[in-house]
Amino acid sequence: MTDYRIGIDVGGTNTDAVVMDGDDNLLAKTKTPTTEDITSGILSALDVVLDDSGVSEDELDYVMLGTTHATNAITERRGLNEVGVIRIGAPATQSIRPLLEWPDDLAAAIGNNVAILDGGHEFDGRLLNDLDEEQVRAQIREFSDVDAFAVTSVFSPVRDDHETRVAELIREEVGDDVPISVSNEIGSVGLLERENATALNAALTSVASEAANAFVDAMNERGIDANLYFGQNDGTLMSVDYAIRYPIFTVASGPSNSVRGAAYLSAVENGIIVDVGGTTTDVGAVTEGFPRESSVAVEIGEVKTNFRMPDIIAIGIGGGSIVSTDGGVTVGPQSVGYKLTEEAKCFGGETLTATDLEVAAGTIDIGSETPDVDGEIVEAAREYVRERVEREVDRMKTSAEPVPVVIVGGGSILVPDDIAGASEVHKPDHYEVANAVGVAIAQVSGEVDRIYSLDEMDREEAIQHAKDEATDNALAAGADADTVDIVDVEEVPLSYLPGNAVRIKVKAAGALDH
Amino acid sequence: MKITTDNIDDFATGATVLGTGGGGDPYIGKLMAQQAIEEHGPVDLIDPRDVPDDALVIPSAMLGAPTVMVEKMPKGTEALAAFEALETHLGQEAYATMSIEAGGLNSTVPIAVAAALGLPLVDADGMGRAFPEVQMVTLTMGGVSATPMSIADEKGNSLLVNTVSNEYAEAFARVTSIEMGGACMIGTYALSGAEVREHAILDSMSLAHDIGEAIRTAKHRSQDPVEAVLDLTDGYELFAGKITDVERRTEGGFAVGEATLDGIDDCEGRTFALDFQNENLVARDSERGVVASTPDLITVVDAETGDPVTTERLAYGHRVRVIGMPCSPKWRTEEGLDLVGPAYFDYSIDYEPIETLQQPRHD
Repeated sequence: MTDYRIGIDVGGTNTDAVVMDGDDNLLAKTKTPTTEDITSGILSALDVVLDDSGVSEDELDYVMLGTTHATNAITERRGLNEVGVIRIGAPATQSIRPLLEWPDDLAAAIGNNVAILDGGHEFDGRLLNDLDEEQVRAQIREFSDVDAFAVTSVFSPVRDDHETRVAELIREEVGDDVPISVSNEIGSVGLLERENATALNAALTSVASEAANAFVDAMNERGIDANLYFGQNDGTLMSVDYAIRYPIFTVASGPSNSVRGAAYLSAVENGIIVDVGGTTTDVGAVTEGFPRESSVAVEIGEVKTNFRMPDIIAIGIGGGSIVSTDGGVTVGPQSVGYKLTEEAKCFGGETLTATDLEVAAGTIDIGSETPDVDGEIVEAAREYVRERVEREVDRMKTSAEPVPVVIVGGGSILVPDDIAGASEVHKPDHYEVANAVGVAIAQVSGEVDRIYSLDEMDREEAIQHAKDEATDNALAAGADADTVDIVDVEEVPLSYLPGNAVRIKVKAAGALDH
Repeated sequence: MKITTDNIDDFATGATVLGTGGGGDPYIGKLMAQQAIEEHGPVDLIDPRDVPDDALVIPSAMLGAPTVMVEKMPKGTEALAAFEALETHLGQEAYATMSIEAGGLNSTVPIAVAAALGLPLVDADGMGRAFPEVQMVTLTMGGVSATPMSIADEKGNSLLVNTVSNEYAEAFARVTSIEMGGACMIGTYALSGAEVREHAILDSMSLAHDIGEAIRTAKHRSQDPVEAVLDLTDGYELFAGKITDVERRTEGGFAVGEATLDGIDDCEGRTFALDFQNENLVARDSERGVVASTPDLITVVDAETGDPVTTERLAYGHRVRVIGMPCSPKWRTEEGLDLVGPAYFDYSIDYEPIETLQQPRHD
């Protein structure tokens, strides 16, 4: 095996690609505009790096794709499915309705279709209330306009019967084409966070299959027969099929990859990473070369969820951000995205973007025209960006001590080199393709989710058993034995089952074996 | 002061700090309060000194296991039934409601109850923190009875309980809560305005608000939020570490367990063990032994953000700091320690005030 890998990152604005060899040397890189059909953007990036590196299609072992499609869809409330959010648990849970704490515009973007219906289980597996199938069917018919369903039942991590049955009823009522997300496959105990993650997952399925199909089509078109992976939130890789069903697990893959890539490129093992894309700027922290994980409930689009995620703050500022001068200068969160080269003034378009300001100021030279922008507007916009970025860098710091800050991403020019609170500011070589580097060096993982009886073995034995099996699964997925590490252990006591049962979930991850 | 949808976050954050890891996630109570305030309007937080001597105050609470409360939230009208039952039984209309614990979920649940009933909330509570059992309130020491207690669930079941002691009230309420699916709503410790002033812990809701406000403000100004909390509560930072193991089991409706931490930064090379029974109760350092124990307050916060972390959210790999805060002097009496000291929770250690277990802080 020749062991070449391609990492591709499809951002809202640019598609980046790198070719790396088995020793993580970067052989070629490119940055091309993201195209509306995605596939052609992937293809043109692929062709450039294959050509530049001299690596041929059949020498590729792995192709990894990172995409911020899901994140951008949430941030911009664009391309989201209208979702029927069905909670099974009445009469309980009515004191907090679904989507209560969501930002109004995001709730509106997924249609604000919510229902709390009879059913659910108690903590010990007893019935909370009977599922009323006629009530469920009537509700499904009432949600006649939705594109996807999100089903969350009380205590479904303990018993998933009602979620499974509701999914069957949805199939019977609306057929096989409407995506259904069920919460027990998405999150753990904690109804609201699990429901939120499930609703977001349902909202994202169209965006996700569009991206996945584009990826597969692109590979088929070039006759590439390599292992295809998507980057996921924890910095590990997942299969294409999995990515289509669980797009929510990709929402933070971009930041994870860029943190990993930035740390690798700058050799800064501990510090703050600022990744300036076309649509958003992600601020994260790197600890010993890996993304720092968020402690508890992570907010996605200001909505709390409960799976493990890198600790990232996304702000709606990037190269494609639309600059508004109505009542004070603001930058973003609206963005022209991949249409930068059509809509930005420097490309002859009508929309004033953050990139236009830098072209006008003469700091960069791209596009066909130099927009005429008042110098005061440029300064006001720069201060706006600086203030926002400095605030988030401060939030990510562990103390008032200055720390290294690494700035990567195609929009790095927007962020000044003299950030308050930084001990040093790095813009490393290949900074513009840090995402693609990060996904190319990403790890593979193996998981176990199993019920153990603690009457048959003690707890330490059970956890060790699960850890061993997760490690074996990671090895089977292609992980290098020397690098495999346990990245997550979760335990849910199931007191309703005889034999002192406990559900143990373990995840192991390691570098791809060379 | 008015409790509105704008300042409810500060109450919830502060209540989580005072919740010492337990008392349930105030996030749930906050959202209940938010929905109730949206529907019924803001709630008056009234000074306990302004409550007439003979006015009837009925504290309200949710009772059960925290893991159940984050999964099966209330219907929302259980408390109304519980209140009506008590008012009828006592033949007097309620003047106000109150929290029986300023820490955790039960600091914010009564806000939802107050909004729904159109009653004010008294700025006081019975613990100054969170404890797992009904009788563990300073009111017990003052001779206030937990019963008549009204217990209600979301299905419409309700009980009116009379017991000979507050310990029996706890026992019956606990069994009932498990039958009701692990959580229920109660109206309990009906008391007079005069009794509130004499036996409750005063101004604790506004302390929760101030702690929450301090954390938010410190973050906004890029100051250390932990320092801000320690300043308000006369507390100490006990340890900084990474969680390497969390063992949990459910015993009689409580989430019981132990978290183990490996030291980071200044604590590198040491380990730390945290015993919890819903709340964090005993903190041990591998070198220094017991560094804090109940009834003093032990709270785990995120190492970076200072946001409090409840016991049900302790998880492998989290980097956290552990802080300790002195409890109300009412708890440090012999009677108080009998109710909530280490021995009550089956720890064979003698209580020592956190101040004496600590080196003086060098600022």
